[in-house]
Amino acid sequence: MSVLQLSTASVLQPIARSPGYWSGVVRRVSRDPVAMTALLVIVSLILMAVFASSIAPSDPFKSSMLRRLKPIGTPGFPLGADELGRDMLSRLIYGARLSLLMGLTPVPIAFVIGSALGITAGYTGGLTNTLIMRTIDVFYAFPSVLLAVALSGALGAGLTNALVSITLVFIPPIARVAESVTTQVRSLDYIDAARASGAHAWTIIRVHVLGNVLGPIFVYATGLVSVSMILASGLSFLGLGVRPPEPEWGLMLNTLRTAIYNQPLVAALPGAMIFITSIAFNVLADGLRSAMDVKS
Amino acid sequence: MSNLVSIEGLTVTFTGRGKPVRAVDHVSLEVKKGSVLVLLGESGSGKSVTLRSLLRLHPEKTSKVEGRIVVDGHDIMALSKTEIGTVRGRTVSMIFQEPMLALDPVYTLGQQICEAILRHEDVTPEQAHARALALFEKVQIPSPERRLNAYPHEMSGGMRQRAMIALALACRPKVLLADEPTTALDATVQIQILLLLRALQRELGLSIIFVTHDIGVAVEIADKIAVMYAGRIVETGSVADIMHSPRHPYTRGLLASRVERAQKGDRLKTIPGSPPDLTALPPGCAFAPRCDMATQACHQQVPPLVTGDYDNAVACIHA
Repeated sequence: MSVLQLSTASVLQPIARSPGYWSGVVRRVSRDPVAMTALLVIVSLILMAVFASSIAPSDPFKSSMLRRLKPIGTPGFPLGADELGRDMLSRLIYGARLSLLMGLTPVPIAFVIGSALGITAGYTGGLTNTLIMRTIDVFYAFPSVLLAVALSGALGAGLTNALVSITLVFIPPIARVAESVTTQVRSLDYIDAARASGAHAWTIIRVHVLGNVLGPIFVYATGLVSVSMILASGLSFLGLGVRPPEPEWGLMLNTLRTAIYNQPLVAALPGAMIFITSIAFNVLADGLRSAMDVKS
Repeated sequence: MSNLVSIEGLTVTFTGRGKPVRAVDHVSLEVKKGSVLVLLGESGSGKSVTLRSLLRLHPEKTSKVEGRIVVDGHDIMALSKTEIGTVRGRTVSMIFQEPMLALDPVYTLGQQICEAILRHEDVTPEQAHARALALFEKVQIPSPERRLNAYPHEMSGGMRQRAMIALALACRPKVLLADEPTTALDATVQIQILLLLRALQRELGLSIIFVTHDIGVAVEIADKIAVMYAGRIVETGSVADIMHSPRHPYTRGLLASRVERAQKGDRLKTIPGSPPDLTALPPGCAFAPRCDMATQACHQQVPPLVTGDYDNAVACIHA
């Protein structure tokens, strides 16, 4: 056991000291103008969500029948007002809180669970693999939106249940990616080489398998953030996620849809926010993918 | 001189899916301390499988290994999982054909060597690092300090193979297994690596089992050569024996098909036919269907490996 602990230290310390893999990734991403723009957009969205109360010009809940569906550019309402006369700009700013929360929470949780399942299945092989992967396949057989709606419906409406159902929806695809990458890595010579130099199975998994499979899984998961936001918006739109009057972009899209003929631009604003955020996450994931490929 | 490695009646059968494949069939070998044995043979002749058996690297579920392997007093087949972990890397270590694939791409070479040292020896990370540096100097890698912090993809093929050798030697093993370590390299680098291995072998008193299909490489490095065909050893002998008086028709065929012998305009000599299907070996000599000396008797019984006057042996009834 003491040998195992020693080797952990040895593997972790030099990573911090040497001009490592991750600093190379950061360097390459920072040279990619498209990915940096996406990162800038994401950072400003996050800042917007955090400081919503000081940025928003007015109260997002304060309604007025007199100001219903004001067009964009109305004095005092730079982005118009919604169907209850609430300030759209403030609601969009506050909406970033819930929308980003719903976009960002399920992915890391599903990443941990899905990777653990997939790596176990991929490294063990045989019966364990069959059991895990076929169970996953059952879930994978459903379209993600349908599954999210079904799970969410079964668990009941509400923010937490929506998050749980989205997380469950993401576990199968992440596990599948993890399994296929692990199967590939497991058959490579350096795993044999590690065994030939006497490494324990656990050391091999932790050092050589994890080190090589986490990158691709991570990139895949980054791309899921946008899907998560869209799913969450969809659930709210169907009344299964956030409840009114909370500002959340998907829900706002839903309640404004009746105004699409009167004020199409105002009604489209929450959709535009979802679109921008999703694109930003996708573009950043793309940039990460190319930056993480050390061989190019 | 005592035998550091002795293999008796090693038989390896793979029972994955479909018919069982007998990849190695009753192979017996001995390697003396400080000598180099080359296993020579074409693809699928069982040389790499024999090599991997020494470290018990075959998956236990889908392979059946019979026979007895003793390395430096350890009965390899009888060791527990923990014990075999101690033998691997410490007593016996291995270098691979493709250093690009055999080195982990996400760690620096220094990290990988230190990992191996710390696995087997109770030293501080600083001592391990110092040892790694000394190893890099020993395998003649220029600017070793900088190279320790390099990733495998940042080095040339020859440098990677040197690093692989350094990694294999990290815990001062007694036996080095080399699985076609020069095949993936170009000719000038090949000879450098062979010379380096030879020099290290003499300096450290290593025993090496070296697998190759290249007779030129075998001659360069071997003390003794064992020729394998279809999972069996067909001839063993010293380099001089094999090169000057090959006795098995297969060995003769291999030597005759070398490019070096050919004159301009000649057709290269070949051995007609192709190696047999390991799932359905003929009842007699596996080489008989391709052999121009084959008689009725050859097709009926597997010829035994008969030891000759010196340290050589041949498995052919006509020899």
